[in-house]
Amino acid sequence: MIDLLLTRYNYYATMLLLGIGLYMLVESENLVKKVIGMNIFQTGIFLFFISLAYVDGASAPIVDKGSEVGQHVSPLPHVLILTAIVVGVALTAVALALVIRIYAEYGTLNETTIKELDHD
Amino acid sequence: MIEHAPVLLVVVPIVAASLPIVASIVTDRAGWPIAVLGLAVHTGLAGWLLVHVHTEGVVSTVLAGFEAPYGIELYVDGLSAVVVALVGVTSFGLLAYARKAQPRSNAFYAQYLLLVAGLTGMTVTGDVFNLYVFLEITGLAAYGLVATGRKGSSAVAALKYLLLGTIGASLYLLGVGYLLAATGTLNMEDLAEKIPEMAGYDSTLIVTAFGLIVGGLAVKVALFPVHTWQPDAYSRSPDTVSALISALVSTVSAYALARLLLSVFTVEFLTEVQLAQWGLLAVASISIVAGSALAVSQSDVQRMLAYSSVSQFGLVVAGFAIATPLAVVGATVHLIGHAIMKGGLFAATGIVRRKTGATTVSEYAGLGSRVPLGAGGFAVLAVAMVGVPPAVGFVGKWYIVIGAVEAEIWPVVAVVLASTLLTLAYFARLIERLYFAEGEPIETATESEQPLADGSGEVSFGMKAVVVAAAVLTVALAAAVPIYEPTLTETLPQLL
Repeated sequence: MIDLLLTRYNYYATMLLLGIGLYMLVESENLVKKVIGMNIFQTGIFLFFISLAYVDGASAPIVDKGSEVGQHVSPLPHVLILTAIVVGVALTAVALALVIRIYAEYGTLNETTIKELDHD
Repeated sequence: MIEHAPVLLVVVPIVAASLPIVASIVTDRAGWPIAVLGLAVHTGLAGWLLVHVHTEGVVSTVLAGFEAPYGIELYVDGLSAVVVALVGVTSFGLLAYARKAQPRSNAFYAQYLLLVAGLTGMTVTGDVFNLYVFLEITGLAAYGLVATGRKGSSAVAALKYLLLGTIGASLYLLGVGYLLAATGTLNMEDLAEKIPEMAGYDSTLIVTAFGLIVGGLAVKVALFPVHTWQPDAYSRSPDTVSALISALVSTVSAYALARLLLSVFTVEFLTEVQLAQWGLLAVASISIVAGSALAVSQSDVQRMLAYSSVSQFGLVVAGFAIATPLAVVGATVHLIGHAIMKGGLFAATGIVRRKTGATTVSEYAGLGSRVPLGAGGFAVLAVAMVGVPPAVGFVGKWYIVIGAVEAEIWPVVAVVLASTLLTLAYFARLIERLYFAEGEPIETATESEQPLADGSGEVSFGMKAVVVAAAVLTVALAAAVPIYEPTLTETLPQLL
């Protein structure tokens, strides 16, 4: 049991990152912090996939002649996450562009203030 | 020959999306012709594919020579073919609306084409990770389009949509990770075989994956209670955009949910893990009731239509969750029918606003005679949505109810039947306003009798044509259902 707790720390980190990210996204009043929360949430998922690929004692998946199963970590999750990181960058860029426009229109990044300004 | 069609369906709009940006060097009016050309080809291909699937059966393409399940497979059956055709026809048709509406910059049409590419990709793919990528392409294009509204509030709506949409897509990705951990594959067909073989339907891993995937896609579909992005995004975006995204974005997400449900988890999963089926049915039923209740309490017409979508998608998801052949046919018909009706309704509200400036339920009083075409189109589409025969809204609901009765899921039968009354509750009050209420001269309405100063007051022939076409289609589609039904049931062997 102790062993299980100690060797699975990357999955706890995943859950922690997901929790922190979601909390920031919901609770923070500041729009930029919300975007940061979204990034942390995604990072949690990246860590989860990379943990999946891990094989104890194996090397990077540069396959040579005579390589056998179990000698390399799984390259598939790495490739998936490479794609997901690109998607994440694009999303962050669009989000920050929107934040800039919101700041230009309202002069604030506070969610509650923006809501009040909208109702006036 | 036909196996190239699914590839071209994605490639054509993506390539076309880059052209308006390049053309900006020369002229800023090139967006519309390029979009017309690209989407004409797209719609033609989609039509060809639908006819081929109807006559010959499933079309499957392996990309770049990597055999499935290792490579990415594009897979088109009766369900995806009809959704692709819907995406093609709707996006092509709405270009007629966009011609004279704002915005019409080159960048706008680039995003428009990108959205079509994303939606098509989501529909034709046979790979769960590929679906995630297209889900995000669709999302990015949709966030950008919502933000093209001139007011600051549209940027706020877009950011809210972006944050929630990303959480939804990320949860879906996490679910895909669980499936990958359980089976080691991402191909849908392969997953359907390996889930019972390697993990078993009732293993924690698979049930958690199901929860995450359904939860993530529910955000994208906008089911209650994760619908909060949707009313703002629909009501604060420009007319063309609200018609386009209300017709297609949630629809294709609901298609993705159905695809995962029927082709990856399969009907056996639902029968074996009763918790999953009942959970999904509960979410769908709550969505139907809560969405309608929220719609009734809205004063803004576009927000009312947005909440109506929450309710109608509850109905669609309920149909897929019942998972008997009849219910799935019903859900598919309602999915397509709802897209046409809701797109048409948003287009009609755009016309009414342009002519009179009216946006709220009370301002609609007596407009029936002042905006005959806009109001008439709205009324016809609203009645169709309620489910009055011979409109397509009736056919979809009818099949779903019969399916639920067959499966003996009585609570859902009751909710679906009640949903008709609930839909009537919010549409009847509007139709009453339009035709039977005294046309009190409301200040905003009289003031904007003249076309709005910025030129957004003009109503073009194309706009009217879109509303009329939507109204005609709602009846024509109902007639096409018996022709389409065998295509769906025969190409979805998982159903039987």
